[in-house]
Amino acid sequence: MVIELKQHPEVWSVLEKVADPEVPVLSILDLGIVRDVNFEDDQLEITITPTYTGCPAMNVIATQIRMELMAAGYPKISIKEVLSPAWTTAWMSEAGKQKLKAYGIAPPQEDSSDKTALFSTPKSIICPQCDSTDTEMVSQFGSTACKSLYKCKSCQEPFDYFKCH
Amino acid sequence: MEQKFQYVQRLADAPLILGQRLCEWCGHGPILEQDIALSNIALDLLGLARNLLQYAAELKGEGISEDDLAFSRPEKEYQNFLLCELENGHWGKTILRQFFFDSFHYFFLNELKNSKDDRLKAIAEKSLKEVTYHLRFSSEWVIRLGDGTEESHAKMQEALNEIWPFTGEFFQVDELDLLMEKQGVAPNLNSIQKSVQQRVAEILTQATLEIPEGTWMQKGGKSGVHTEAMGFLLAEMQFMQRAYPNMQW
Repeated sequence: MVIELKQHPEVWSVLEKVADPEVPVLSILDLGIVRDVNFEDDQLEITITPTYTGCPAMNVIATQIRMELMAAGYPKISIKEVLSPAWTTAWMSEAGKQKLKAYGIAPPQEDSSDKTALFSTPKSIICPQCDSTDTEMVSQFGSTACKSLYKCKSCQEPFDYFKCH
Repeated sequence: MEQKFQYVQRLADAPLILGQRLCEWCGHGPILEQDIALSNIALDLLGLARNLLQYAAELKGEGISEDDLAFSRPEKEYQNFLLCELENGHWGKTILRQFFFDSFHYFFLNELKNSKDDRLKAIAEKSLKEVTYHLRFSSEWVIRLGDGTEESHAKMQEALNEIWPFTGEFFQVDELDLLMEKQGVAPNLNSIQKSVQQRVAEILTQATLEIPEGTWMQKGGKSGVHTEAMGFLLAEMQFMQRAYPNMQW
């Protein structure tokens, strides 16, 4: 899903500065968290959606959005949180995926359509360090809700994988 | 409106109480990965409970907040399944309890996402993605431990015998369920029962575990009659609000 950036580009470029607190190489635009930017008179409304239901970073993200926008000269800001349509890794930008990999986190690899299959064999995930596909999952649940833990059998390095969602 | 409030609050209670229970494992898991996994699942469940309680608080109005609903109710007003409040026991028992809840939860949310209530629909769609991971995780562990060593098998069978009578409550229908179903808000519980039972039987068979013969089932959660484990859980969960009413941080 491509977000329409044409309206209020000056606001979007401010939002680009807000980093995800858990994966600081990604901006909230790379992640696809910001869904809409709207003006009601001089009141600026930013619509955001959480990656995961219990994502503890949402409050921090909302605060950072406020601070960046206020510094950029927007005094009246309201932040709206929506759940629907539910966030998916398909909204992550290509640039975001490249940044993730450079940071040492394997980006999400398949599209999220087959996620309801319960015992699907996971694709072999490519190691972000040495690009080997000879990797194995250590745990479905990693350091944050959005990541799994993997190990590369070629270079022996453990790494995080940003789950498809 | 009052009835929908009651219903949404009830939906929140199961993930709230189970999430609270799972948090007790934080820092005590058998190995780091399992510790993290349970904390992740607890986080998802508490997130779900928050979404539902925020909605319930809006339906209620009167300046009520999600925190009031989570932390300031007496035991009798919680309507979670008794299964959710059961003590953690050993790792195998925790996993088995999780497996039963996930099996129900997965199929329940799958239906709830067709609700005529847009808010519940959105919440269900969002959570279903996460619960799919939960069910996969707990299913794999039930198989691994049930079909594992002699000791792990014995422990799992013992846990199954203990937990089994708490697994009938998912499908006990009361007036509120019926009313909400009639309004198109709630799923028909009978219609998901078969899918849940099929899934449970499939995994337990793979895990070489035997379903106990007794058919008597516990009940009480929906009417606020809890096991003795609940009071201890609430004492801990509500401690700050009881000791320092209306405190914030």
